[in-house]
Amino acid sequence: MNQVHRLEQGGRIDRTRQLRFVFANQALEGHPGDTLASALLANGVRIVGRSFKYRRPRGIVAAGMEEPNALVQLGAGAATVPNILATQAELYDGLLARPVTGWPSARLDLLSVISAFGPLLPPGFYNKTFMWPRHGWRFYERFIRAMAGFGKAPREADPDVYVKLNHHCDVLIVGAGPAGIAAALSAMRAGARILLLDEQAEAGGSLLGESGSVDGRPVAEWLSNALAQLQGSDRVTLLTRTTAFGYYDHNFVAALERRSDHLGLVATTGARQILHRIHAGRVILATGAFERLPVFANNDRPGVMLASAVSTYIHRYAVVPGRRLVLFATADRAYQTAIDWLDAGREVIAIVDPRPAAAPLAGGMENRLLDVLARRNVQLLRGHVVTEVLGRDRVRGVRIAPVSDDFRALGGRARDLPCDVLAASSGWSPVIHLSCHTGGRPRWDAGKLAFLPAARPDCLTAGAVNAIWERQACVEDGYRAGETAVARVGEQETAAARVGEQETAAARVPRVTLANATASTSVEAAPEQAALFLVPHRLPVSRAPAQFVDFQNDVTAAAIRLAVREGYESIEHVKRYTALGFGTDQGKLGNINGVALLAEALGKSIAETGTTMFRPAYTPVAFGALAGRDVGALFDPERVTPLHDWHLEQGAVFENVGQWTRPWYYPRAGESLDDAVHRECLAVRRGVGLLDASTLGKIDVQGPDAGEFLDRIYTNRLSNLGIGRCRYAMLLKEDGMVFDDGVVARIGQNRYLATTTTGGAAAVLRWMELWLQTEWPDLRVWLTSVTDQWATIVVTGPDSRQVLSRLCQDTALDRDAFPFMTWRSGTVAGVSARIMRISFTGELSFEINVPAEQARTVWEACYEAGRAFDITPYGTETMHVLRAEKGFVIIGQDTDGSVTPIDLGMPWILNQRKPFSFPGKRSLARSDTSRPDRKQWVGLLTVDPAKRLPEGGQLVDAPDGEPPVTMLGHVTSSYLSPVLGRTIALGFVTSGHQRLGETVYCRTANGEAIPVTVAPTVFFDPEGERQNV
Amino acid sequence: MLRIHCPYCCEDRAEEEFVYAGEAGITRPLAPEQLDDAAWGDYLFFRTNPRGAHQEMWFHASGCRRYFKVLRDTVTYALAASCRMDESLPLPAVDVLP
Ligand SMILES: [Zn+2]
Repeated sequence: MNQVHRLEQGGRIDRTRQLRFVFANQALEGHPGDTLASALLANGVRIVGRSFKYRRPRGIVAAGMEEPNALVQLGAGAATVPNILATQAELYDGLLARPVTGWPSARLDLLSVISAFGPLLPPGFYNKTFMWPRHGWRFYERFIRAMAGFGKAPREADPDVYVKLNHHCDVLIVGAGPAGIAAALSAMRAGARILLLDEQAEAGGSLLGESGSVDGRPVAEWLSNALAQLQGSDRVTLLTRTTAFGYYDHNFVAALERRSDHLGLVATTGARQILHRIHAGRVILATGAFERLPVFANNDRPGVMLASAVSTYIHRYAVVPGRRLVLFATADRAYQTAIDWLDAGREVIAIVDPRPAAAPLAGGMENRLLDVLARRNVQLLRGHVVTEVLGRDRVRGVRIAPVSDDFRALGGRARDLPCDVLAASSGWSPVIHLSCHTGGRPRWDAGKLAFLPAARPDCLTAGAVNAIWERQACVEDGYRAGETAVARVGEQETAAARVGEQETAAARVPRVTLANATASTSVEAAPEQAALFLVPHRLPVSRAPAQFVDFQNDVTAAAIRLAVREGYESIEHVKRYTALGFGTDQGKLGNINGVALLAEALGKSIAETGTTMFRPAYTPVAFGALAGRDVGALFDPERVTPLHDWHLEQGAVFENVGQWTRPWYYPRAGESLDDAVHRECLAVRRGVGLLDASTLGKIDVQGPDAGEFLDRIYTNRLSNLGIGRCRYAMLLKEDGMVFDDGVVARIGQNRYLATTTTGGAAAVLRWMELWLQTEWPDLRVWLTSVTDQWATIVVTGPDSRQVLSRLCQDTALDRDAFPFMTWRSGTVAGVSARIMRISFTGELSFEINVPAEQARTVWEACYEAGRAFDITPYGTETMHVLRAEKGFVIIGQDTDGSVTPIDLGMPWILNQRKPFSFPGKRSLARSDTSRPDRKQWVGLLTVDPAKRLPEGGQLVDAPDGEPPVTMLGHVTSSYLSPVLGRTIALGFVTSGHQRLGETVYCRTANGEAIPVTVAPTVFFDPEGERQNV
Repeated sequence: MLRIHCPYCCEDRAEEEFVYAGEAGITRPLAPEQLDDAAWGDYLFFRTNPRGAHQEMWFHASGCRRYFKVLRDTVTYALAASCRMDESLPLPAVDVLP
């Protein structure tokens, strides 16, 4: 097929180069400068897809973002992209596209049958059909899902790279059409730093598809001159192919730049797309307007197009999408399309205009247009409407009829006109989407027949988004917005008075309004626009051929009427019931028609009915772009200890603990997790083990009031701790629940080292800072996180003293000189260290703290010195088993924020004699926290010693009984204990401390009821003799 | 994305640097043990949750690590003022609701 609809000359395309592309298995050609849509039209391709519900053939309607039909899937494999608008896809050599609606295929024939059953698929079809019978949805779901898809997401990883870029600018201008460019020019002259965005490949917007003049100069000359000025300024950044898709609080705007999508499916260099994160002092929305298509019978036939789109295809792409045109227009402005069509050497059959024949010509009509139309014998049928399109898979003609003055009834005889393109326009709708993202409510202007954006002091609007339709007036409005924005940026606000200033600024500087803008120009008054949304048909709406409102979701005028009959009144409800505006286009083409039809059906005004709220994203955004580089290894920071390489070399298996990667266990050849943990546990109990505990949080607490501070914030007393001694300590939240725990060591008179759990380190530091800064600013205390500065190496087990004695020459290690719960400073393998005699295993233990950079030296020295004792490195799993044998709680595993120290059976941790009421103390006396039947932490021993309880398993009183049964509690920790030769578990049981020796049952999902004896939490060495040797 | 003025850094910074820390001006009772459960519960659990001007605390976690006070409108998200903990927020002179 050759480019039958391409003009010999004109357009912004490069005819010297051919681009080959494939659409729906058809090999076609276009030129650089084409979009996929313009190239398809040039090649005479009429049908670009089938509609979502009724499978009706659909063609290209628009030339921009508002296109509802021409959705394609680009490419194949990992880089395939679904739901790309053909009007937005720039053509490149080798482009491969297919419609997203599964076409052409055998399935099409099957599904198109549905078209014949259209009346059986009313709005609410899904609700109505699938609510009954009860399991019906399961049956229908796969059919519905298969036929309803808009495109297919790739299953493979995205091969492209995406990046994010932050910007700070004085003024962000969204849209580089006439108003946006004018705003940029005036803001630039005032000295502001400007970011100017446009979604198209070239800046210019509507100017690219128009003739005429701006500021007394030809459009093209004005545009190139303006762009040269902007590009010559180092204060202006112009980003094309960049769509602002989200407008968030405090003038934060997210915009997506498509760097390489116009060159191919995968970027050959650098990032495919850039997510621009823009912090703007002021925002100017110059986002323009979308033309509306009237609602009439069969208005979705391929060949029905927006009038402005027809002009754009002719001017910008040198494509005339047909031979014979009928223009259906409700304002003089749209007549230009007929002139453009004539200038392209094609035939205009008629202009159909519903405004009464007797009405005087509107002031906006340029006489030139009328003269041209008269000279070329174009019939102008005033007081007429197009009621219906003729032809099934394409426009073959239109049926027209006279219409009453209020456009509600037909009068007189209908007749048919032949044509292959119907260009239509029923007015313009400002693109207010972004202005709604931060909650602004648009207001309906009955004179302009448009929703206008809400006013905000830090966000201005300019041009057609203000319902200013005339080109020169848009430019004037842009100049004014640029000046106003800069003036407001100049008003430096102090934080203390910001609200007041904004209010006065809003009062002082009136929002740029249409009246202001037009008054300042000498241009004629805005042309009259007919308020026509639904065109009457000789049949009632319910029986007329389909009159489409939303093309993408096949929502018809009849569907909206039906929704009202069924009692829906709110536009938000009707939207959800009919799916109006639910497609990827978010109803850009059909929304206002939908609102107008609903208003009419409800007997309300459009202002009363209101519009649905627009929310981000304005256009679909690839997940890859939102993720940026925060994928794979960069998704979340990964923290490793200074000994990580050693663990890797030893073949350790790792687990994630918060952001930390910790050795889980160290399997020897052929060992399973259980095998390795069994060996590691027994090594610690019988010989000596080695643990990397560097992830423990460490906070250095210094200052004359350090002791007083710790007394206040911890549950127990620490000011009376001797220098060189350690104490276990606990933190509660103000509600009395356990927050964190650790060991506090006194380093000096005014200095302590507080350790925290691995996961709680950051939160504990923030907690301490909160109290210091907000409640006790008088305390002279300074907190420093030293978690990463110190590595912690645990040597534990009966042989640990002998291992350490080979490495410590300057520290006496015997029990009397270095007792349990003390610390000493000395050297280990020649490295200065703080050695602490604390134990999380219940065995004789030494925790060696050394500077992180010397950790490996010390660790390897311990490992070497321990060889004679078969020293065994162990991981977090063994650590958990060993502490569970001793009944040591792990905050965050055994507790969940609803557990008090009393519940844990640890009342001794609460010092009630301290003068200060530490956080949480008062709450422990609340009626709920002090009641005796709370769930309490106990040991759990299965009657069958080989049976291991599932962690999280629910505990109940009886082995049988139909659910629901009363839950007594649940299992928090469960292990196989090698030293005890049986399973052990910990968990919560209602009034558990009073139920020792009783039997409860763990009911599992597969119906088992495991008998369990409630036991003390300490399973091994209850007297604590082994650690105190 | 809020831009928050830190009164210690004396700059507007991105929301990502901060952590919200609850309503400001919640005074901890000096003698908790002397309160009954209702009074203690009021301090512990009840917050004003206004529609409009809200005094709140923020923490400059990835900055100076200072807590400070902010006057934020819960409808418009406008930040009217921020100040140090030992200073007072200006009460909104007018109803800032739209
Ligand atoms: Zn700060």
